[in-house]
Amino acid sequence: MTKLAVLNKVFPMRWRGSMETFMTLLIWSVACFVVGVLLWLLSDLIWHGMGQISWTFLTTAPQKAGRAGGIAPILVSTALIVGVCLATAIPLGVGTAILLVEFSPQHSLFGRLVRLSLEVLAGVPSIVFGLFGNAFFSKTLGLGFSILAGGLTLACMVLPILIRATQEGLRAVPNDYRRSAAALGLSRTATLWVLLLPAAMPGLSVGILLGLGRAIAETAALIFTSGSVDRMPESLLDSGRALSVHIFDLAMNISGGEANAYASALLLILSLMVINAIISGLAHWFRDSRIQVI
Amino acid sequence: MFQWRSEVVFVGVLRGLALLSGLIVLLILFFLLQESLSFLQTIGFLRFFKDPAWHPVSREYNLLPMLWGSLLVTAGSVLLATPLGILSAVFCQYYAPAAIAQGYRRLIELLAGIPSVVYGFWGLVVLVPLIGRLHPPGPSLLAGILILSIMILPTIALVADASFTAVPPEYLRGAAALGLGRWATVSGVVLPAAKAGLMTGVILETGRAIGETMAVLMVCGNVVQVPESLFAPVRTLTANIALEMAYAVGNHRAALFVSGLVLMGLVVGLVAIAEVIHQEQIYD
Repeated sequence: MTKLAVLNKVFPMRWRGSMETFMTLLIWSVACFVVGVLLWLLSDLIWHGMGQISWTFLTTAPQKAGRAGGIAPILVSTALIVGVCLATAIPLGVGTAILLVEFSPQHSLFGRLVRLSLEVLAGVPSIVFGLFGNAFFSKTLGLGFSILAGGLTLACMVLPILIRATQEGLRAVPNDYRRSAAALGLSRTATLWVLLLPAAMPGLSVGILLGLGRAIAETAALIFTSGSVDRMPESLLDSGRALSVHIFDLAMNISGGEANAYASALLLILSLMVINAIISGLAHWFRDSRIQVI
Repeated sequence: MFQWRSEVVFVGVLRGLALLSGLIVLLILFFLLQESLSFLQTIGFLRFFKDPAWHPVSREYNLLPMLWGSLLVTAGSVLLATPLGILSAVFCQYYAPAAIAQGYRRLIELLAGIPSVVYGFWGLVVLVPLIGRLHPPGPSLLAGILILSIMILPTIALVADASFTAVPPEYLRGAAALGLGRWATVSGVVLPAAKAGLMTGVILETGRAIGETMAVLMVCGNVVQVPESLFAPVRTLTANIALEMAYAVGNHRAALFVSGLVLMGLVVGLVAIAEVIHQEQIYD
């Protein structure tokens, strides 16, 4: 009530109407401004990038340090890095999430510590992951600048995202399922395989896609772990340039690389949009299936 | 009995996986410390502030300009993005028709999903030349602030949106019964009620701004200096690491790891504060 009194003093009744009009205008213009910036960014990328993207661009090697030619080896390297990342992060993340939700009491010390450590991990800046990956995977484990080192670094980075989404998926499964299974004499492991994991599948796939999105968007953690060699990688121990690193390199270090940088950036955005669309589709499915269950 | 034993093995494997996930943070901390230890022991933390300049090759390690760079870019972008983000959320919740609000939310999520290297690239080819025309050279503190603002706006907007949703509807009905207008309701009832959530949002966006590397690296010009105006180029802590890691050896490399350690400390501290606020809010 005192706040209202203050309000009355600061804005006397006769001003109140114009204040409302002013704020309405301001808020709508803020919204228009934000939409405008996004449209500006997207249209600029599409305008300059669309003409460059073609089948040859996707399937040929870069020439003249990326000024001409395509991005085939870069796409392969990106796929390998992301593949290593997911192949490591999925078992680790899903296992951790299952333990936290299904096999550890809500307030057990171990569970609390793991949760805390994952929260901290989620906040670590990507450049710090880069430093860590360089010191641990590249130097100490002797992987050098390689796709393997880059993928493993990214795996550490996407792990918290993956675990959180899988946990949510598992928590959304009603406890009646668990009780019915126990009443039927199923062991908890069997319940997990035949009942809980299938039921938690949407949450799990959302987690994997979120991790995938984060992995292909990442640059800073990769520069010093997977390196920037733009040749076709022959093994996981070769250095490989990710698409995001390619954009960075073309924009900053190669004069005349702008056109191909635009095309690569557009491609990156498009693939992220596809991933986003699948995620929101899955989220719908998720909601619907939950309603059916109840 | 057999079933039971297999369960023990399975849970053991899960425990191992969880332990591994939990240990990653400690591993990161250990390696950052290990790499920076030699520097802290032989040269000392104070040299970061007392040396005449940043010339790692000739053993001068003054990090102050980079600290100022990070601080100014972060402060500027948080000051700019916070009102915009909160008003965006107000727009979604109280001003826009339902269909537009839903579309706008999607758009903010899209904005949140754009990779930082793309923001940096766009800033470099569009924003920097524009600023350069206004006031040369172009790559500047201002460019960094603008790009970072756009990048962290979704963080505060989405958090504010969520905390507005949590405001009890009775409050709004009470305000309506008092005959308050829309903005009077928002400023007098909603904003105070959602204060804790908004604080969390500001802290999270600050963490994001401090840790951001690629975008500021691409638009800020990266000159080691304490900027004298908005149009002067700056170099942030993160950009410094990204630029020099490629050729840094010995103490130079260790100095970069120390700045990584500082960054991690700052961001983790912010996350911890946000977590405390969040907890208090839940148990209120």
